[in-house]
Amino acid sequence: MWIENLPPFIPFFVGAMLLPFLPNRARYFALLIPVWGGLNLFFGASHGDWLNIPMLEFSVQLMHVDKLSLMFGYLFHIAAFISITYSLHVKDKLQQTAGLLYAGSALGAVFCGDLIGLFIFWELLALTSVWLIWARRTQKANAAGIRYLIFQVFSGVLLLGGALLHFNDTGSFEFTYIGLGSIASWMIFFALGIKCAFPFLHSWLTDGYPEATPTGTVFLSAFTTKVAIFALAKTFPGEQLLVYIGAAMTCFPIFYAVIENDLRKVLAYSLINQLGFMVCGIGIGTALALNGAVAHAFNDVIFKGLLFMTMGAVLHRVGHVLGSDLGGLHKTMPKTTVFCIVGAASISAFPLFSGFVSKSMVMAAMIEAGHEYLWLMLLFASAGVFHHAGIKIPFFAFFAHDSGLRPKEAPINMLAAMFIASVLCIVIGSYPDLMYALLPWENEYVPYDITHTLTQLQLLFFSALAFVWLNNKGLYPPELRSVNIDVEWFYRKMMPSIGHVFRTQLASLRDASQHKFMLFVDALPKVSKSSAYSTAQLTKRMAAILAIMLLLGYLSRSLSMA
Amino acid sequence: MSESNQHPDPNEEPGFFDKPSNITLILRVFYVLCVLLVVLDFVVHRHIYTEFEEIPTFYAIYGFVACVVLVVIAKWMRKFIMRDEQYYDANESELPQDGDK
Repeated sequence: MWIENLPPFIPFFVGAMLLPFLPNRARYFALLIPVWGGLNLFFGASHGDWLNIPMLEFSVQLMHVDKLSLMFGYLFHIAAFISITYSLHVKDKLQQTAGLLYAGSALGAVFCGDLIGLFIFWELLALTSVWLIWARRTQKANAAGIRYLIFQVFSGVLLLGGALLHFNDTGSFEFTYIGLGSIASWMIFFALGIKCAFPFLHSWLTDGYPEATPTGTVFLSAFTTKVAIFALAKTFPGEQLLVYIGAAMTCFPIFYAVIENDLRKVLAYSLINQLGFMVCGIGIGTALALNGAVAHAFNDVIFKGLLFMTMGAVLHRVGHVLGSDLGGLHKTMPKTTVFCIVGAASISAFPLFSGFVSKSMVMAAMIEAGHEYLWLMLLFASAGVFHHAGIKIPFFAFFAHDSGLRPKEAPINMLAAMFIASVLCIVIGSYPDLMYALLPWENEYVPYDITHTLTQLQLLFFSALAFVWLNNKGLYPPELRSVNIDVEWFYRKMMPSIGHVFRTQLASLRDASQHKFMLFVDALPKVSKSSAYSTAQLTKRMAAILAIMLLLGYLSRSLSMA
Repeated sequence: MSESNQHPDPNEEPGFFDKPSNITLILRVFYVLCVLLVVLDFVVHRHIYTEFEEIPTFYAIYGFVACVVLVVIAKWMRKFIMRDEQYYDANESELPQDGDK
């Protein structure tokens, strides 16, 4: 029944290999893969190193099991199950196949024991996930997919370079604590940083995710960034620099999120904000902080997935998710509305919802570590999350002014997926010990006490009060059809513009030189075929050249002799 | 996808959220809860970990101020970073014409 220590990516890859050759209805069986895989992991995996595959001069460790990889392993099986359920109505097998391969690559990455294995799955993550963007099959999605791929592959190249240099320095490819110092470590750090969406390296996320298919974004939001968090927790725990990077990541995206019109892009910015909390936790590096970081990653996959699912349902039914053109959808999509509110309450860390029990661990660890001002930044970000993800998303999509749209309720499989995610959000939020049992580091934490519950409720209610007040005063920025320029401006506007200038300059240079060359050709004396001096003169000239060459040869020979 | 954009039925009953009286009711309940949370702050003994928290109702004040500041700055940022929806399209529609003669 169970295969002991089977690398969990194998069922996914096998499924993905078979799926394209099976009839369309076979896609329902894809649901069994995460179920069986998850159970097999639970019953069949035991701590330790298994399956060393020799490859050239090295070996690749495909199955390294510890508490951290098991936690992410279970999480990715849950996420894959929810995402596949959500995509069952899609008759485009490209998406399901890419989704299976993508989830499998993520599982491969968290269970591999060395940097070579990590590199292979790291690149596979990029190569498989980009199809979820291209599956939208629009001009914009094609271009966004290419930009996404360039970032991802570049991250992989950095990782490979870093890994090789690291091997050169230490003689080991082991996927374990590295710590900043050598050039190799900085290369690996930035490779992880790209997939973690560090500030200035984040634009692939906010550019790519909103262009993917409704179901594709749900897959995308779950895996790539969380694998990066996993790798960061393993290689750079306790790195001070990460605390500052994380704090910046929590704050800057919320400003963009407030004025962004595309609601899936709002969620993409808010994803960076949530990653910031995890990066902070990893940077602090205490048991409480690291547990908080991975617990928050666990919850974030579920509640951010839930929010992306509700917006995906709107996109599927309405054809767009522009805040400026939505509103009043609660009338015909009541279930999706309720699920969206559950997701919003979870991400905002309302007591009894999942965000509350994990975000608070990072916040508490921040105070313990003595970063009081950074703690204020995180508190600001917490209030901001509630503002843009907790209120703005449900309010502008489902309430606000009536847009007159009366779309049908989401398909049954989407509702089922959203239901499962909502139940998980509430169950984890209400019985956090279920999830705490999975946490890798030894630490006792009690999220529910009077102080914490009261202060969190005060923070959230008064953030909401600010929204009500700003809205009543007409101060709240209206949703406008627009694009907000971000880091991507450098490669989507500035570089193409510079390139355009160069191209026109070079083109005019080419035209001018072509013109000059033609003038030169025209200026040469015309030699007609029947010219009289042909044979005799040619013979004389050749004889002269031979004589000169002979002379030169003689000279060089006599010089070298002397 | 567009088949779903049905327009509202003119005989549609106004929903719960269409009645201004219901909205006012919801907001009143909300205001009462806010006041209750502030009052609780003086009744319940909070644990204090940082000096900021010694300020009475610190979290309520901070939440409110943070959100107002967030919105004001974000609105102001629009002046610099907002462009029309087709901003990038001009550059990107040129891209495929690489086969120069």
